Amino acid sequence: MTDSSPFPHRHLLGISGLQPHEIRYLLDEAEHWVTLNRAAGRKHDDRLAGLTQINAFFENSTRTLLSFEIAGKRLGADVINMHAAQSSVKKGETLIDTAVTLNAMRADVIVIRHQASGAVQLIADKVDCPVLNAGDGRHEHPTQALLDALTIRTRKGSVHGQIVTICGDILHSRVARSNMLCLTALGAQVRVVAPPTLMPPDVERYKVTPYNDFNAALRDADVVMMLRLQNERMDGAFIPSAREFHALYGLTPERLALAKPDALVMHPGPMNRGVEIVSAVADHPERSAITQQVEMGVAMRMACMDVLTRKARGIAGWA
Amino acid sequence: MGLILIHNARLCDPHGDRLNEGSLLVDGATIAAIDPAAPPPDAERIDAAGQIVAPGIIDLGVFKTDKPAFHFGGITRAALMPDTSPVLDEPGLVQHAGRGGKPDFWVHPLAAATRDLAGKDLAEIAMMKAAGARGVATGRHAIADAGVMLRVMRYAAMLDLVVVTHAEDRGLTAGAIATEGETSARLGLPAAPACAEAIAVARDIALARASGARVHFRLVSTAEGFALIRAAKAEGLPVTCGTSPAYLFLNDAAVSDFRTFARLSPPLRSESDRQATIAAVADGTVDVITSSHDPRGPEDKRLPFEDAAPGMAGAETLLALSLNLVREGKLTLPALMRLLAANPARLLGLDAGQLRGGAPADLIFIDPDVPWRVDSRKMAAAAGNTPFDGLPVQGRVRRVMKGGVFY
Repeated sequence: MTDSSPFPHRHLLGISGLQPHEIRYLLDEAEHWVTLNRAAGRKHDDRLAGLTQINAFFENSTRTLLSFEIAGKRLGADVINMHAAQSSVKKGETLIDTAVTLNAMRADVIVIRHQASGAVQLIADKVDCPVLNAGDGRHEHPTQALLDALTIRTRKGSVHGQIVTICGDILHSRVARSNMLCLTALGAQVRVVAPPTLMPPDVERYKVTPYNDFNAALRDADVVMMLRLQNERMDGAFIPSAREFHALYGLTPERLALAKPDALVMHPGPMNRGVEIVSAVADHPERSAITQQVEMGVAMRMACMDVLTRKARGIAGWA
Repeated sequence: MGLILIHNARLCDPHGDRLNEGSLLVDGATIAAIDPAAPPPDAERIDAAGQIVAPGIIDLGVFKTDKPAFHFGGITRAALMPDTSPVLDEPGLVQHAGRGGKPDFWVHPLAAATRDLAGKDLAEIAMMKAAGARGVATGRHAIADAGVMLRVMRYAAMLDLVVVTHAEDRGLTAGAIATEGETSARLGLPAAPACAEAIAVARDIALARASGARVHFRLVSTAEGFALIRAAKAEGLPVTCGTSPAYLFLNDAAVSDFRTFARLSPPLRSESDRQATIAAVADGTVDVITSSHDPRGPEDKRLPFEDAAPGMAGAETLLALSLNLVREGKLTLPALMRLLAANPARLLGLDAGQLRGGAPADLIFIDPDVPWRVDSRKMAAAAGNTPFDGLPVQGRVRRVMKGGVFY
């Protein structure tokens, strides 16, 4: 029997493999949660009551973990956080053993972040419940791309036709990969900006336009998305210094003036203020959407967990 | 041991240009004669039933003495890489490894070029040669320091030992587990450009020229690498190279979905490099096809791609996959047996891999057309880590004779 539901996937492992209408469906579902989250007073919707959500984070994270935890709790799930630092992973347990263990505990939804590309898929293949990828290595971070798309859609009315400039460490960034896939699928014109040492080869295959020159890439941009530059890449291995990176790729008010007058500034956080972005831009009341991204993140994750657990909850049409 | 007459065979002499119907007389552990005019009446007669009789395969560069897999694959001898635990960097260990398969299988150890394969200090190469080492190898990695590599080559040249080297530049490939390209970019895998191979090949060709050493690049997989080796051979340098069926029949798309069985070293390349590998076999640039047999269990492979160990179990599929080259008209069967037996023997200084009177009676009976399917769950090897799982193939070995005895 073919699954005729609007989102016929067991897991959310990446944007790759999703159809544009499936992405739009998830965004539409999230709108409802934005409204609920903004309501004063109680924010509970207990549709996941009695279900167990395990957040298995093998790589440190504060904001993404918090976002998934709040999302689960607002839906009424029993949320358990497993940090790699305090798990048997440190004692040499293999990832498969960990997956089998989580499965035996009858988790109903598992959220995973791992430092190795493909690790989340490896776990998903071994468990019976839906798995959400909260970031695997350099591969994908699908909920981040979805929340970014939701932010753009909310602020700009549509993702289609927007010129989105993504700047920073494209090579090592799962956020960039998922966003390139998601935004192009939704019809945006995506430009990616990085020095050659931080640009993946053949990046054009993502249907994006690569630039080394940030100023050129900013021209007429509707959205400017800055990526975090990891500290370990600033020491001369990939770029000479944070200072030089800032000189070439730091988003300043002067640079932002090259984009459209109403261009939106985004950053997945946490920011290196003074490196990839200066405070005057990051904190700009009209232009910066950075805190709104965080807000959309909770709604987006609520939508994803709701949709992925519908089959198990026996919702009509989701068999 | 007495006399055995194998008749009704299609004899595959690696130095011939076609199969010859005929017979072969084995006396004890050696081949006594091809097509004897008057076979001794007391010889035991074995009817080959029209099967191909060829020299046993000599596999240049395996990582484990895995007799069931070698037996299945018709491999009668293998050169063992020094990357064992402990590393083959000491005469006693070499001697022990050399006894590993007897009597039905012979292991020819390759001595570690440097102590503990650390790439710094020369190992006791001359003493390991006396203990049975048939060559010197850098192991799974190239020696990063060109000065050390030059000294290894000069020393090996004095001993007339082939230097088996890994053709990947250490700087470019540090931390990399895939070839730079569309697949690695999409999967987010740390990757190195394919030219990491050409850089290593170019360096070691220059060092071969400076040292006079015989250098064998164990696994070559890129168009650029083959071009350099082709030019070095034209120049007359003692440079040879090998490849494996993985680089002939798979490209980097095989690692899609993070399939760790396709995690190899060197990593799988682009489709154009795969085509170049086939062309290099067809034009004689490639001297050796090896299985690079490296069985790895789930503890090494059921891991995230970047944590998994590289390597594949290749012994069982070596011949069947290589026969595709014959079916596709890239090689004759005798030419294939040069790559699988005669050339490896020559590089290792062995009087084997041949079909002539006086040579060791290491023989395989091949049914070249019988179809079968590769099944990672049912392999004879110590582990079933094959990237060819599920592939239908043709041709297998029906009988194996080692030193005049059928096993």
